[in-house]
Amino acid sequence: MNKSHRLRLPVIAAAVTASLVAAGCGSSGSSGSGSGSGATASAPGITSTQILIGSHQPLTGPAAPGYSEIAPASNAYFQYVNAHGGIYGRKIKYTYLDDGYDPSKTTSVVHQLVLQDNVFGIFDGLGTPTHLAVVKYLNASKVPDLFIASGCDCWNNPAAYPYTFGWQLDYVREGKILGSYVKQHFAGKKIGYFYQNDEFGQDGVKGLDMEIPHSQVVSRQTYVPTNVNIGPQVAALKAAGAQVVVNFAIPAWNALFKLTSLKLSFNPTLVASSVGTDPQTLGGLLEAYAKQGGATVNGNQLTQGIITDGYLPTLGDTGNSWIALFKKVHDTYDAKAPFDGNVLYGMAVAYTFVQAMVKAGKNPTRAGVVKAIEGGLPQGVSVAPYGYSMTNHGGVTGAFIGVIKNGATVQQGPVWTTDTTPTGAVMPFSGTQPAAPASGMP
Amino acid sequence: MTLLRHLAAAIVAGAVIWAASVQLSPFRDFQMAQIAVYVVAIAGLSFLIGLSGQISLGHGAFMAVGAYTTALLMMHLNWPWWAVFLASPAVAAVGGAVVGLAAARLHGPYLAGATLMLAVALPSLAVQFPGVFGGDQGLSVNVFPPAGLGANFPPTRWLAWICALAALVTLVILANLARSRVGRNWRAIRDDPVAAALAGLPVGRLRVLAFIVSAACAGLAGAMLAVTTSLVSPGSFTLSLSIALLAGAVLGGLGTLTGALWGALVIVLVPTYVTDVATSHGFSGGVAANIPIAAYGVVLIVVMLIFPQGIQGGLRRLAKQFLPTPPTHLGSPGRRPPASEAEDPDSPYRRPPVSEHQEEGTS
Repeated sequence: MNKSHRLRLPVIAAAVTASLVAAGCGSSGSSGSGSGSGATASAPGITSTQILIGSHQPLTGPAAPGYSEIAPASNAYFQYVNAHGGIYGRKIKYTYLDDGYDPSKTTSVVHQLVLQDNVFGIFDGLGTPTHLAVVKYLNASKVPDLFIASGCDCWNNPAAYPYTFGWQLDYVREGKILGSYVKQHFAGKKIGYFYQNDEFGQDGVKGLDMEIPHSQVVSRQTYVPTNVNIGPQVAALKAAGAQVVVNFAIPAWNALFKLTSLKLSFNPTLVASSVGTDPQTLGGLLEAYAKQGGATVNGNQLTQGIITDGYLPTLGDTGNSWIALFKKVHDTYDAKAPFDGNVLYGMAVAYTFVQAMVKAGKNPTRAGVVKAIEGGLPQGVSVAPYGYSMTNHGGVTGAFIGVIKNGATVQQGPVWTTDTTPTGAVMPFSGTQPAAPASGMP
Repeated sequence: MTLLRHLAAAIVAGAVIWAASVQLSPFRDFQMAQIAVYVVAIAGLSFLIGLSGQISLGHGAFMAVGAYTTALLMMHLNWPWWAVFLASPAVAAVGGAVVGLAAARLHGPYLAGATLMLAVALPSLAVQFPGVFGGDQGLSVNVFPPAGLGANFPPTRWLAWICALAALVTLVILANLARSRVGRNWRAIRDDPVAAALAGLPVGRLRVLAFIVSAACAGLAGAMLAVTTSLVSPGSFTLSLSIALLAGAVLGGLGTLTGALWGALVIVLVPTYVTDVATSHGFSGGVAANIPIAAYGVVLIVVMLIFPQGIQGGLRRLAKQFLPTPPTHLGSPGRRPPASEAEDPDSPYRRPPVSEHQEEGTS
């Protein structure tokens, strides 16, 4: 037979070699050595002038709307810190790469950040399925995995994941706080659940069930975030006669729920997890979906009266020193984005990172920052304290109950704290949230 | 003889990869493993399209079958990596046989539509049965280097080794298959199914067989992906994966093994490289995030404009233009001079001499 055949595999061998050489050319081994003012290159990603951190974020793909605002907001706060002297003179460099909410891409970009860019740690990696793909790798490599943007209780596992820390209020606590409110205010009413059929919804329901008597729950309906037809679930809740429906759903499905129940003339009192109730996001989605269906609705009117919870100060509370600080940072460094719940989230978690790095000292190490957080962080931007300790890698431990009025969440009553056990009571928090420091930095 | 030659070449390639993996950084090792994953998947798809003339938009689903098989076998039965690398393609092949039975009766857009449905529907089964498949969170898979290599051995190098080994074995098998009687029969049914049937070839059975082989490759690639990603979840097997595989196969050059390598290189390296460039030039987040996708599109358009037969086809054309024709060809008696693409037995554009005059009608 002809020659080209005989050549084929050797050609592949040559091509493989060529590609590997090409791949090798790009690798960099640069890491500055520290000198001056006592700040040294104490760990990978740390030089005398810089702290390099990385993250995986859904900048494109299905989770991008809304969530893609978070990392730029964090970066805006870091720029503010850098402009005001940095952390012990070091400037924070935040490299966040797009994983499109696809776990196999998450693995790829996190390997790139850790092995090629040599980051000090991964900060605020977004998403439960995405981050699950890398959590074992990060811990095996002893890379700090700080303040994951997911309320899965699974991150709080110091024995298996010593380098991993959650941040936001976990869904079990959130379920307990909402459940306790429902138990008190809707005694004797028929209650229905509508939740996302994954760790998020299931953890939330676990918390709800710890508070709400089982006999009161007349229907439990789930959805998967790939199916927008939730007519059957809403009809089932209506048929069961639910007077109060508790939602553990992301914003888009809260909007679908509201519109579908309107269509079926079903009008229960709606109680919903803070994950899906940023009033601006939810109102916008309601108007957009209704428009697709050929109807015109007023988003603020439809969100009116939804009962929810919050672990950060509300955006409408302009007198709050934290909101004032972040508004200032937003207007200077991130003005193109709307000042909404996602931006507040991004800045708040960035503030917590700076708190941890300041506490880790002048020459931080990877193990050092873990130890610093385990020693506990002072309460800052969240309305309830952090739970960090040697045995607790969770995060915020409580929230207030809020009601949406005229497109803004309004706090009702005190801040509640609790734990994740069935017996732990939901208690009013006796302390007060400290004001934001005048410098805007921890 | 062919087998020996291919084996020898594979051993040489294996030695080169081994030498390179030891020299390269752990991240490059990881990319090498990723490239191997896509080489296997694209080679399988490229063979299906280029040799048997069937299209599949659903190869991501077969990868999912392989990946979930891997995760379940490792989780429940503690199988070692080499055993799941054998079992996963076998399970995917069964899936391929089932789909192939239906596919053999469909043509063109109908076949594309049916396989497209597979890509959309199959991964969502994992969400429907969270008890078995872990739902959206998926199942975790962990492969560690054997203790004998020492505590400081980079885990990504081990991944590169096992994935490169799997890829080389697959390439040798495919190369031999293409040169075998079965490979020739596939080309015959691709070029003219009616003529092939008249010549006594079982067209339907051959098509199903091509689907089985191709699905097995995808299943193996799925197993390799599971091992490199260390997690199997529906989010990894979206429709865009199936489309990316098809794009990779077309980019590299349909029906060629080397083309599969080019396709894999583009899919794995272009996004990383472009992201590096985009971030180091300080583009804003929203822009930087979309640059890799745009760059990928540009590469696709440019390659298709300049090299309509893919990178490998283009390279061959260039080689024929600029290099003198090897004398051995001229020396072989009774053969036409190999002056055109038509001489390449792997090219999907090749037509047997008898049917050359009716080329338009058979495509």
